[in-house]
Amino acid sequence: MASTETSAVKDGDVTGEGVKDGGGDLAGLEAGLDALDTVQTKRTPFRRTFVEKIFPPMVAVALVLVVWQVLVWAKVTDSYKLPAPSAVWDEVQTAWLEGTLLEYIWTSVSRGLLGFLMALAIGTPLGLLVARVKFVRAAIGPILSGLQSLPSVAWVPPAVLWLGLNDSMMYAVILLGAVPSIANGLVSGVDQVPPLFLRAGRTMGATGLRGTWHIVVPAALPGYLAGLKQGWAFSWRSLMAAEIIASSPDLGVGLGQLLENGRTANSMPMVFLAILLILIVGIAIDLLIFSPLERYVLRSRGLLVKS
Amino acid sequence: MATALAKTADAPAGTSVEYAARIEHVSKSFAGPAGQQLVLDDITLDVAPGEFVTLLGASGCGKSTLLNLVAGLDKPSAGGISTDGRPALMFQEHALFPWLTAGKNIELALRLRGVPKAERRGKAEELLELVRLKGAYGKRVHELSGGMRQRVALARALAQDSQLLLMDEPFAALDAITRDVLHDELTRIWRETNVSVLFVTHNVREAVRLAERVVLLSSRPGRIAREWTVDIPQPRRIEDSAVAELSVEITEQLRGEIRRHGQH
Repeated sequence: MASTETSAVKDGDVTGEGVKDGGGDLAGLEAGLDALDTVQTKRTPFRRTFVEKIFPPMVAVALVLVVWQVLVWAKVTDSYKLPAPSAVWDEVQTAWLEGTLLEYIWTSVSRGLLGFLMALAIGTPLGLLVARVKFVRAAIGPILSGLQSLPSVAWVPPAVLWLGLNDSMMYAVILLGAVPSIANGLVSGVDQVPPLFLRAGRTMGATGLRGTWHIVVPAALPGYLAGLKQGWAFSWRSLMAAEIIASSPDLGVGLGQLLENGRTANSMPMVFLAILLILIVGIAIDLLIFSPLERYVLRSRGLLVKS
Repeated sequence: MATALAKTADAPAGTSVEYAARIEHVSKSFAGPAGQQLVLDDITLDVAPGEFVTLLGASGCGKSTLLNLVAGLDKPSAGGISTDGRPALMFQEHALFPWLTAGKNIELALRLRGVPKAERRGKAEELLELVRLKGAYGKRVHELSGGMRQRVALARALAQDSQLLLMDEPFAALDAITRDVLHDELTRIWRETNVSVLFVTHNVREAVRLAERVVLLSSRPGRIAREWTVDIPQPRRIEDSAVAELSVEITEQLRGEIRRHGQH
């Protein structure tokens, strides 16, 4: 009686109306199986992330700087065509000390982000409509994906003629560039929703708008995020095109105007500074906002495969 | 049970309906390369409240098609199907939503059924306990093993609180040991909840291990070939000699059905 073995047998006799396999036995078996089968997931330590992800691009950047400096020393071309890294750095410092550096960046970034948010507000419902309503898809689906291949710089001249040289013209160009990307991303996200999820949702009573909200939208999220990422890239590019072509004193100096000013002033360091800032801002927004968001969504779904 | 049945929209008024699902002269054909292809031919089958029925057949017998019809995912070409409320459906793939945790998957089913927010968490925990996954509430789907996923899927199906549980080869993708354990689990839960089960499989032993009644379908088109009442007392084991004996008999018949297709 004292031994666990006999009490387990007894337990099986009592609980089971003819139970051969005591309830506790099955539970234990199951707990064992669960423990054996469970996959252990752990986050990679920072050291490994640093060695594998952060260190290599740092090496690449350092290498570019070295090659650049060597080319300057070797005098492969005139110094007004290829300024030394130090000359560009001086330009950065001057702009910083004058307090204009952050102003340039903020003028463009605030425009870009605001334009992107507007594109988000228009592109999302548009994408859902195209994805879910057959007639709308047939009517504007091909145009929408065709618009993606149209360089957004093509919209600058008409936008200037329609709206004049002002901020709304900039936003119009951003919208025309980014809305198709965002809408198309959502459409392909919705198209890739496994039919099994839709069937499972339907048997649970998620049909119509409830199905869209509870099943389709969350299932399409990874594709949608990829669309947003691309949408940001398009917003930023469109804005730069607009700023370079349509400069006017009342618009304030953004990074595009800085580049154009550098050209008219024949100042290669300023041109390099502008290009560098445009590049850095584009990458930074992606690294700070979109990549973490995408990684979070993919990781929580077990879709992020660690290499 | 009587009150639950009374709310059935499909039930003819005034008559007493003693079934969880009634399939009457159901046929289904699809447009195929050679014109209309008859997949199901004149199927008539009742599932009594609390009954466990397995539908057994080789490929092409239309067993999954029949299950889809009962689930309301598709319409029969002829005949009628009435069920006691909306049936819950479990698939071979777990079909859990990867953007939700195990617990939230169950809560979504509760929410869609109209359970108030305050009660959902408690009910979800209860259901997880029923499938012996007490600590899994916050687990993501990819963190669970295949067997655990199917148990969460079972809990989610039970969360729909329907009188009829449809299962489409739910254990076919699992390893033998896990499948065996889940058979025991399903039998236990079926007896505890008193839900009716219509279980589709191509595994004869599984059919005999689980069911009170085994229905054999012939293939192309699917017709009911024969039925067996299984009166081996539960819980059975898949290796029981009584289970094996009946399986041999059913397998013989199933092979006969399959052989007919090679003859012309």
